[in-house]
Parts: sequence; C-alpha cells; structure tokens
Amino acid sequence: MTMESDNLITQEFNLNMGPYHPSTHGVFRAVLTLDGEVIVRQKNVLGYLHRGMEKIAESKTYNQFIPYTARLDYLASALNNMGYVQTVEKLAAIEVPERAEHLRVIVAELQRIASHLLMVGSTANDMGAMTAIVYYMTLREKVLDLLEMITGARLTNNYMRIGGVIDDLPDEFYDKFKELRKFLPERLDMVNTLIVGNEIFASRLKGIGVITAEMALDYGVTGPNLRAAGVDFDLRKKDPCSVYDRFDFEVPVLKNGDAFDRFLIRGLEMRQSLRIVEQAVEALPEGPIMAKVPRQLKPPAGEVFHKIEGARGVLAFHLVSDGGPKPYRLHIHGPSFVNIEIMPAISPGLMLQDFLAAFATIDVDMGEVDR
Amino acid sequence: MNDIKELFETLNPAFNGALRLSDDGQSVYAPPESIPEVLALLKDQHEYVMLADLSAVEYEDRFEVVYHVMKLTDAGVIRIKAALPRENPSLPSVTSVWKAADVQEREAFDLMGINFRGHPDLRRILCPDGFTGHPLRKSFSIKPVNRF
Repeated sequence: MTMESDNLITQEFNLNMGPYHPSTHGVFRAVLTLDGEVIVRQKNVLGYLHRGMEKIAESKTYNQFIPYTARLDYLASALNNMGYVQTVEKLAAIEVPERAEHLRVIVAELQRIASHLLMVGSTANDMGAMTAIVYYMTLREKVLDLLEMITGARLTNNYMRIGGVIDDLPDEFYDKFKELRKFLPERLDMVNTLIVGNEIFASRLKGIGVITAEMALDYGVTGPNLRAAGVDFDLRKKDPCSVYDRFDFEVPVLKNGDAFDRFLIRGLEMRQSLRIVEQAVEALPEGPIMAKVPRQLKPPAGEVFHKIEGARGVLAFHLVSDGGPKPYRLHIHGPSFVNIEIMPAISPGLMLQDFLAAFATIDVDMGEVDR
Repeated sequence: MNDIKELFETLNPAFNGALRLSDDGQSVYAPPESIPEVLALLKDQHEYVMLADLSAVEYEDRFEVVYHVMKLTDAGVIRIKAALPRENPSLPSVTSVWKAADVQEREAFDLMGINFRGHPDLRRILCPDGFTGHPLRKSFSIKPVNRF
C-alpha cells in the first residue's frame, strides 16, 4: 500500500504509559504525547509509592529506622542501610571496628552486583532478549544466596547497625564465594556473546536516549549513567567512605552516554565490584564487629550531610538532630528521583519502543523515587 | 566542608557582607533573595557544578531551605541555607541555575509548603493533586483517621 505522506494529516494524542506497565519497573506513569509512533512530549507522574519515609523517620528512634531504609531502594537495600547508619555514625562520632567495615564493603558490593544484574536482565527482557534474562536472573539468584547467607534475607536485608554489623560471615560463605568468583565472570562473558555481540540487540540500544555530560550535570544525573556519559565521578574513589580507599579497583568510564553505553557500564562495574569483594574477603581483619554504642542513642544536636555511591548514583542523607532519641528531620536524596526527571528531556523524537530502551537503561527504582 | 570559612571570606564582599556563617561554622546563611546569585557564583567560579541535595527544615521560629552543592574534583560539599519566616515562606527558584532543582523544589513545595517563585511548574509531586496540607510540617498529624 502506498501513502503520500506529505498529504497525511496526523493528530497528536496522549498515551498513559503505566502506572501498571511491566517496562516501568514499578508504579510510574509517563504521559506521552505521541504523533504516530514518535514522542512529542513526556510528563512524569510520580507518587504512587509515596510512603512518607521522611515523616516516619521523625517518629522512630535512630535504630528503629534502619529496616525502613531497606525499603527505599529495595533492589539495593544494603547500600541504603549503609548510607543511613554511616550518617548517624558521623553525627554521633562513632568509630566502627575494622572488621565491621570490611563486612559492610563485602555486603554492599555484593548488593551492587545483584542490583546491576537485575538492571541488565530486565533491559534485555524489555528489548525482547528473553533468553538473556534467565541467565542473568539465575546469576543474580546466586549472589542473593550469598547475601541471604550473611544477612538472613534475599532482598530487604537489615544487616548494618549503628556502630557495626549484626553478624559475622558464616563458615560456608568462603566456599560459596569461591564458586561465584569463578562463575560470575564466565557467565557474564557467555551472555555478552549472546546479546551484546548481537547486531539486532546492539542496534536497538545504540544512539538511543543520549545523555551528554553537560546535560547530566545540569539535571543532576549521577552514578553509572553519569559515567556512561564520560564523567569520571565515583564517590568510592573521590570521597571514599568506609574502607574503600584500601582496595584496588578501576572506575569504568564510557563516552557516548547512549542506552548501549549505559547497559555496558553495568557489566564492567560488576566485575570491579567482584574485585573489591575478593580483596575485602582476603584482607578481613580479626576483631569485634560492633562498636560500643549506647542502647538509647542520643546524638548531639546538630546536622550532618553524608553521601555514598549507591547502585544508581549519589545517595545522600541530610540529618538534623535536636539532641533527642529520634531524628528531628531526615531528608533522603534518592538518586533515582533526580535521574528519572531527565526522561522528559531526552524522550522527544524517540519512537515508543525506543522510549522503553532509554527508560530501562536509566535504571530507576520507584521505591527510591517516591520514598 | 573544610574550606567553608575560606569560601565564605571570598564570597562575602560580593554580596556586601550579607552572608553569615552559622554558629557551628558548617553552613553559610544567605539572604533568600540572593540565593540564585550565590549558587550561580559557586557553580561558575568555584567548581561547585552539581546540586547534590535540596531540602527544607522546619524550626520553631523559621523555615530553612538547605542547598548542598558538590564539586566533581574531590566531591567536596558546601551547605548554603536560606532562613524564611514561618508565614508564607517563599524564595526565588534556582531552576535557572540547575534543571536538577526542578523536582527537588516541587518536593519541598509539596511536603513542606515552601513557595519557590519563578519555578516553571510548581505543583505537587509526591502527594495527590487534591491533597490538603504539607505532610512534613510538624503540625501535620499522621494519626489514623477515624472512619466509622
């Protein structure tokens, strides 16, 4: 059938993408104004998962709030735990024992691997690579097994405490980790040859949803998305919290900033995280895993700002204390909340299917967006 | 936040001494009206190219809007504050300096009721559109509603 496109009159229409759509990875609604299949405008509608975490924090003691932080970014719970307890430790000037710091790094980096594995898996799935997600998910399950072994929970683990960690590594961990250490790079290589080397998969992602370095800084995009745009900024190197400065690892930086680079950089980061865990397990010092912290913690009045490199970017906590047993005000800066707002800037001109590619590779977690 | 005193000394003459160092020496208070200028100056001339966080805190006698700006070179952070009266707290928006301020100002508007003048689209972001009140204010009660 032939069509004279010059004479064709098209009409813009609105399409609600979400709140319940598998590709939005949570309850998020994008109101897309389409011209045929091409996006003209996008408006984000957030708040479907707003639980009022910051308000809840004001009615809980400092220790009671730790499990809630695991529900912020539920795909990287341990990193949220770590950010929060370190904020309180900074305010109350609590010294954490060496062994506990190493255990925290082990759990945090395993968590980062698990989070990135879910991201590459679900992106592959969104692009129609149904085989790849199964491989990634089995791999992720192996990482989660390790996390479950240490922390007692697969997802919303509650392992960190103010002043240390709750438990030591179980004896079976070392053998299981040895298996993973061999298995993970092998399996990543294998899936890479399946999909990253696949022309169809690569061309679905290449050149889609480009975020330049200037744009990223203007919109406050951080984490792997910023590094995929060519900016070498990783808080584990620039301002190391815990004992990150003792480990030898590289920060992968790519330059195109498109969906393909954002996808690739997660794979590279997982290998670096594995290197960190290896070194932390080897360098694990003897000693206590908890500092002496009063049962009723009352940090001095004052305020503190602490930031860590979360799985999706700079995760920051701004904590104000009035000297009482509960936080006076806790503000949580979730990286996804800021990252998601670059979508309306990059989506105009994209096809509807490419919107999925751009959105999936930004890797947002709605629990962290809405808090 | 080591170099905050130094930075305060260099910034203050540009604003005719209107800036004030806080009592604990860790934050700089700026007059609300000159917040965009102060942040633009930090961004353009002092390498603080990223808005790391924007939050609002309620005190007994005032509201404070707190900006944390970050350097890329060493991830150094400076805390800038604006103190606002309890009645109709309002100050100019910094969306002209960073697009990143857009959602964060909407959040502070929604949850704390701070009015950012000059914001392109200041409406609720996390709470539903028809919601009344600002949940993060201390006067907002989270007791369950008696439905029956």
